[in-house]
Amino acid sequence: MSARAPDTLPNPIRPAFTEGSREGSVIVNIGPSHPATHGTIQIVAELSGERVVRTDVHCGYLHRGFEKECESHTWHNLIPYVDRLNYCSALINDFAYCEAVEKLMGIEITPRARYLRTLLAEYSRIADHLTCIAAALMELGAMTGFLYLVTIRDYIYEHLADLTGARVTYSYGRIGGLAKDLPEGWLKRLGEILDEMETFTGRVHGLVDRNRIFIDRMRDVGVISTADAVNWGFTGPLLRSTGVPRDLRKDTPYLAYAELDFEVPVGIKGDNYDRYYVRMREIDESAHMIRQLMEMLPTGPLCVDDRRCTFPEKSLVYTEIESLINHFKLVMDGPQVPPGEVYSAHEGANGELGFYIVSVGGGVPWKVHCRSPSFVHMGGVHRMLDGYQLADIVPTFGSVNMIGGECDR
Amino acid sequence: MSEALFEPIREHLAEVTLEAVVAHGALALLVEPAQVLEVVRSLKDSFGFDMFLDVTAVDWPERQPRFDVVWHFYSTQHFVRVRVKARVPLADPTVDTLVPLYGSAGYMERECHDMYGIVFRGNDDLRPILLYEGFEGHPLRKDYPKQKEQPLVPYLDAKP
Amino acid sequence: MSTQPVRQAPSGAFEYMTTKKDEFVGWARKFSLFPYPFVTACCAMEFMSVSSTLYDTDRFGAALPRFTPRQSDLLMVVGTVTHKQAPILKKVYEQMCEPKWVIAFGVCATSGGFYQNYAALPGIDKIIPVDLYIPGCPPRPEMVIDGIMKLQDRIARDRHPIINEKF
Repeated sequence: MSARAPDTLPNPIRPAFTEGSREGSVIVNIGPSHPATHGTIQIVAELSGERVVRTDVHCGYLHRGFEKECESHTWHNLIPYVDRLNYCSALINDFAYCEAVEKLMGIEITPRARYLRTLLAEYSRIADHLTCIAAALMELGAMTGFLYLVTIRDYIYEHLADLTGARVTYSYGRIGGLAKDLPEGWLKRLGEILDEMETFTGRVHGLVDRNRIFIDRMRDVGVISTADAVNWGFTGPLLRSTGVPRDLRKDTPYLAYAELDFEVPVGIKGDNYDRYYVRMREIDESAHMIRQLMEMLPTGPLCVDDRRCTFPEKSLVYTEIESLINHFKLVMDGPQVPPGEVYSAHEGANGELGFYIVSVGGGVPWKVHCRSPSFVHMGGVHRMLDGYQLADIVPTFGSVNMIGGECDR
Repeated sequence: MSEALFEPIREHLAEVTLEAVVAHGALALLVEPAQVLEVVRSLKDSFGFDMFLDVTAVDWPERQPRFDVVWHFYSTQHFVRVRVKARVPLADPTVDTLVPLYGSAGYMERECHDMYGIVFRGNDDLRPILLYEGFEGHPLRKDYPKQKEQPLVPYLDAKP
Repeated sequence: MSTQPVRQAPSGAFEYMTTKKDEFVGWARKFSLFPYPFVTACCAMEFMSVSSTLYDTDRFGAALPRFTPRQSDLLMVVGTVTHKQAPILKKVYEQMCEPKWVIAFGVCATSGGFYQNYAALPGIDKIIPVDLYIPGCPPRPEMVIDGIMKLQDRIARDRHPIINEKF
């Protein structure tokens, strides 16, 4: 390859400012290929010494055309695309989307599917929070914490691979239920993983909670007030860290959350330390919910017995002509969803994950829009970065848990 | 519970709404594009819809006016959602910006502009956010072919 | 070139030294890879798993990431590269010094995956040369390790000219 001057490559963005606003300030570009910005965010920062004066956050480096892809796939075929939105907790995306379509179709899922979806959503939430905290600790230099938490996350991945066939992006939700039922011994292993997880998170608490360096880097850094958070559209752990217990699982219960006993952890000041602690407590609360759900899981059919969306049994497909045609139509044309529109939101690991879908009848959607919490948080993250130091960008960004797939869709 | 909150809203905004429907737990209001700012201001100030969730658009190429701009709001006190819709034509896809009312509107309006070409009057920062400088067209419109790529870096195997 | 006769083939001793030098340098380079993890999307989860205790690329010498291209020799492109990200990838590749290798980790980096639309680059080999493709969406950690081992075999077999193009 011949050498070439780097400025012949085009600049894909236009920064909001190219000159400093005060004497002696320097404009620095952070990212997009940067470990602390999770590889897909570019921050153009104006620095005065070590202090950040203002920032311009650019996303879109992982825009993969999710909505456009959805308009050319059937309602079932686009479930893998939905998975890859928030890829750390892929099951929550699946279930939120499937519930939106089920609302439009007027389908009510079976009790077993409802409880199992709740259990798996909490399990996914644990995996997401583990990833977020592990990455945040690694970026601060606490490599041991990262290794502990990623080990547990790996057990969770293998366990979910036993159930769904994949480790990270599962495509397990189906309109009307789930893909397949639990294998033998799955719940027993679940109990073991939760116990081991509690040991490991206990160790991370011991290493980090009262560690002078951790407190210095996280306490009173990246502070945001409740009014600011609501104005900038923050939801999820970011809003809860400011002190308000806003959680869609409690406020507008869906799935089986109304029957569970759990608390909504809140922070005090809205700083990085609070966000870390809220997530650690949410992991404990999710484990508590999973243990309750393991007791409450009813027997019965998994998928609703509705031929508009549920695939018939394979033995029937091979023997009866009606089932064969039903199967064929579901695969080729997709489930027929009546015309209408709906906005349905679940509490994702980062906040309100909403799906706004528009159907004109037929098996292919007219529009599937994902309201992603990470994108909205990127709009407001400059409130937590401005005024702090350059090195504070790393823990603040880590505590926001920006997931590229969800942010840029 | 949500019905009880929606009635006062429907009454208060009856003169400016063209259509009001309650479906799947949310109230959907259809308003004229010129009325959107007033409607949203009264939703925020009088009815407590303090969180702006989303703005997006729907493209109906066979219909005049072509685009439906859709806003969603949430009330963190009453836990209900409201959808506001306005129809704008292709020739003048302009609506008012909500940036003076909600900070989160900034990025979301940029995305809507990127994807559909909706112009938000009053928002002077409509730079591309999900797409890049030099991208021509608005990909989520139905007449933009899905596979039409506009590469920034020339391919190694490109025929000269 | 001049009218001098074609040079004789190098003597046996020179060939022996070159082969041994190549083996030695190849062994040294293959077991001390410094990856630059150009991480974008879901494959990052598997990249984190493969670098951690249960699968551990450190056993292969390929674990210590240098987060600057100036100090790394293995560019691991993990996840989808979009057209917006393409100039960044090209710039990072050009900032690396020889010898350098490129791994396309995951189907999105290999061919665009199932994102065949206006936004995603249909494979990073459209803009930079790739040495190893690891398919999978995302690939299992064992596949990644298999891929790294194949790359190491290839580095071991390669010629490694260190002084001029003959030696």
